[in-house]
Amino acid sequence: MIPLSYFLSLGAILFGVGMFGVLTRRNAIAILMAVELMLNAVNINFIALSRYLPNSTLDGQVFAIFVITVAAAEAAVGLAIVLALYRNFKTVDVDEINLMKW
Amino acid sequence: MTAVLFFALAAFTVAAALLVVLARNIVHSAVALIFSFCGVAGIYVLLDAEFLAAVQVLIYVGGITVLLLFAIMLTTRIAARADVFNEQIGLSAVIVLGITAILVYASLTGFPASDRPPVSPETTPALGRLLLTTHVLPFEVASILLLAAMVGAIVIARREGE
Repeated sequence: MIPLSYFLSLGAILFGVGMFGVLTRRNAIAILMAVELMLNAVNINFIALSRYLPNSTLDGQVFAIFVITVAAAEAAVGLAIVLALYRNFKTVDVDEINLMKW
Repeated sequence: MTAVLFFALAAFTVAAALLVVLARNIVHSAVALIFSFCGVAGIYVLLDAEFLAAVQVLIYVGGITVLLLFAIMLTTRIAARADVFNEQIGLSAVIVLGITAILVYASLTGFPASDRPPVSPETTPALGRLLLTTHVLPFEVASILLLAAMVGAIVIARREGE
C-alpha cells in the first residue's frame, strides 16, 4: 500500500515544477500552462488527504471539483486576455508588455 | 504492484511536467501538458477517485488543452525569440528547489503512516449528494462564476467596434 506522504510529495514536486515555469517563462501562454500544473498539484493533495485521513468524508473531492471549475474559468479569461494583448502589442512576451511598469 | 504503478505514473507525470516547463517550442509544451494531465488522472484512479479522473480527462485534456492550442495558434509567431526563459532563471531555480525540498521533507515526515480507510463502494452518488446538499451554495456560486467568466472572455477577446 502506498503511504499518504508519497502522494503529497508528488504534489509538492509538481507544484515546484509549475512554480519554476511561472517564474521563468517569457511566453504568457506558457505561464498559464504552468499555473494549470500547479492547480493539478493542489488537486492531488486534496484528493490524497480526503482519501487517507481517518473519518474523512468526500469533502476533499468536492473541493477538487471547485478547483477544476475555477481553473476552467481562469483558462478562458486568461486566454482572452492573451488574445487582447496580442492584438494590441503584437507579442505575448510578458517582458515586453511593460506599459504599466514603473 | 500498486506501488510500481504509482511510481511509473508519478515519474511519467513529473517528466511530462518538466517537458512543459523546459521545452523551447510552445506547441511541444502543450502536447506534454496533455500527457501530464493524463498521468494525474491515473493518480486519481489510484486514489479511488474515478469520477474526478473522468472529469480530469474531460475538462483538462479535452477542454483546456484545446483552448490553449487555439491560443497558441492564434498568437505565437514561429521562432519569435530564441531564449524562452527570462534572466531570473538562476534565482528562480534556487528558490523553487528550496521550497520543493521543504515541502517534500514536510510531506515525508509530518504525517503518520495511517492505514487508508476502506473505500466506500459508491463515491460518485455520494459526491453528487454532497454537491447538492452540504456544498450547494458554493455549487451555485461556481455556476455564476462560470457564466461571468464566459461573458468576460467574449467581451475581452472581441475586437473593438463590432
